Amino acid sequence: MAMMEYIDAIRLAMKEEMALDENVFVLGEDVGVKGGVFTTTKGLQEVYGEDRVMDTPLSESAIAGVAIGAAMYGMKPIAEMQYSDFMLPATNQIISEAAKIRYRSNNDWTCPIVVRAPIGGGIFGGLYHSQCMESVFFGTAGLKIVAPYSAYDAKGLLKAAVRDPDPVLFFENKKCYKLIKGDVPEDDYVVPIGKANLLREGDDITVISYSLPLHFIMQAAEELEQEGITSHVLDLRTIQPLDRQAIIDAARRTGKVLIVHEDNLTGGVGGEVAAIIAEECLFDLDAPIRRLAGPDSPAMPINPPQEKAYMLNKDKVKAAMRDLALF
Amino acid sequence: MKAEGTIDQQTRHGKLGLSDAQAIEIYRYMMMARKFDERSLLLQRAGKINFHVSGVGQEAAQVGAAFALDREKDYFLPYYRDYGFVLSVGMTARDLMLSAFAKAEDPNSGGRQMPGHFGSKRLRIVTGSSPVTTQVPHAVGVALAAKMKGEELVSFVTFGEGSSNQGDFHEGCNFAGVHKLPVIIMCENNQYAISVPIHKQLSGKISDRALGYGFPGIRVDGNDVLEVYAAVKEARERAIRGEGPTLIEAMVYRLSPHSTSDNDLAYRTKEEVDANWEKDGVPKYKQYLIDSGIWTEEQDQQLQKECTEIMKEATEYADTAPYPSADDLLKHVFAGDGEDVQ
Repeated sequence: MAMMEYIDAIRLAMKEEMALDENVFVLGEDVGVKGGVFTTTKGLQEVYGEDRVMDTPLSESAIAGVAIGAAMYGMKPIAEMQYSDFMLPATNQIISEAAKIRYRSNNDWTCPIVVRAPIGGGIFGGLYHSQCMESVFFGTAGLKIVAPYSAYDAKGLLKAAVRDPDPVLFFENKKCYKLIKGDVPEDDYVVPIGKANLLREGDDITVISYSLPLHFIMQAAEELEQEGITSHVLDLRTIQPLDRQAIIDAARRTGKVLIVHEDNLTGGVGGEVAAIIAEECLFDLDAPIRRLAGPDSPAMPINPPQEKAYMLNKDKVKAAMRDLALF
Repeated sequence: MKAEGTIDQQTRHGKLGLSDAQAIEIYRYMMMARKFDERSLLLQRAGKINFHVSGVGQEAAQVGAAFALDREKDYFLPYYRDYGFVLSVGMTARDLMLSAFAKAEDPNSGGRQMPGHFGSKRLRIVTGSSPVTTQVPHAVGVALAAKMKGEELVSFVTFGEGSSNQGDFHEGCNFAGVHKLPVIIMCENNQYAISVPIHKQLSGKISDRALGYGFPGIRVDGNDVLEVYAAVKEARERAIRGEGPTLIEAMVYRLSPHSTSDNDLAYRTKEEVDANWEKDGVPKYKQYLIDSGIWTEEQDQQLQKECTEIMKEATEYADTAPYPSADDLLKHVFAGDGEDVQ
């Protein structure tokens, strides 16, 4: 077991999977010599060479499309999008192609690609280096979407994504890269895709989230316990397909549910989670389902007051949790 | 008819390395594609199938290209008019009819996709979609993977000239050029993007675009099957030698409306269409074979009869074949879906 940063865990997952399977390769902008703009792929080219850690033209649709072609041939590409904000030119390749290849060929062709893309703000990235893109892809059947919150999950989910026989979008949170550290086993483990993870048990409120906000939630839960409020915290881990049973079980446990994500409120994953609870748990609820999410502004401004106003933090989450507990 | 394998160096096809038997085989596939198209149109008009999108007028380019490739090894990424191409690389009339009727046994998609959306892993025909030109980066990815694996093969991709204005064409070409990948990129320029004529689609030549990506671009007469064969053969040799991609612009004319849902005389004249029927590559090649002394009108009649018979059998088979089950709607969204049911 080693203490490492979230970004190191992502790098280690790639390094291990590339050692285990010669068909695994990484392609993207600046991933080679530079090792990525965040250093996510730093050192990999030295180990595996230029072909397996490939610098590409600045051309997101080609990065995704070439990865898809290589995957159909039998490779296991990991395509890096430098920021999730810039993956929109590749959306046609991801939604029209990757997501539908198995289905449209009646199981003849498959597309085992991983698309890694950093999400999230709070780094003075402005409108186009801060967005969360999950809701753009959420609802497209044929895509799996994961979003780890810890270093342990980052390694285990990425390894599972690489081994998955279907396309997986791996949304890594860029604010977590250096901020989040944790124990990461150096052995070969995976975190299964499609399974949520209970982070904390409690009886007063249930909080359901994924990615960075879980850190705020866990801190708030700790503090609220001093006030006599206990929180049941579920990490979705996989956004698509959602772990329905885990959501239902978590909601029933307390009857009071708060759903939290940084992506915009409208059309976000939280709406679907709320719908599942409304459909399955109506008579178990003791309060209206609540959501705390990014405001419906087109994106996050770069100036500090507005960035702070947009971003979630421990205090905002704590207030929402307390408010629900007192309902 | 000369024995298979004998190459007559005096003929045009012989100079290209094609035996008389191969030259005739090419014609058979062109005729088969034409007859498939004609039959499909009739079936749509009769209400037996929902939709047909035609490849009439493009058979020479398609079959000529297919014969220049290694049909045992290469990977193919055809577009929706490429009946002549897919027939030449191993798809049967029955397979295509099963697709036209959207039946469960359709090897392309199990009756899920529109006709003309080809795919067969066995035949290395990579599954295609309707958003145009997405297949160009896929072809580049296949070529990249083959190169990484040290396999001696090429990927071959086609699309229309309308599609050549999509970003994926340019992004794919650029990537292929940078990495000198073994991919042949062939535009079947039929001069119409549904109703929009060529002069409203682009102001230059598609083949010239290759210059910007650092590899050769050539324009050929797509109605001349042997000219297309020669160009693709040379492109394949370059690719195998490690010299990278080639862009080929095959000039053809879309003799039919865009699809069975289109009335082309709303945007072009009958005179224009008729003038282009005069250039049709199928009768032109038939005349070439006759002039070469390896084909006769009697043989042609016989071939037409055979093709008609094949289409009849394929139609009857597909018409009576079962549809996919509604219960299988959610099968194969992900690996393993539907396999544990029942």
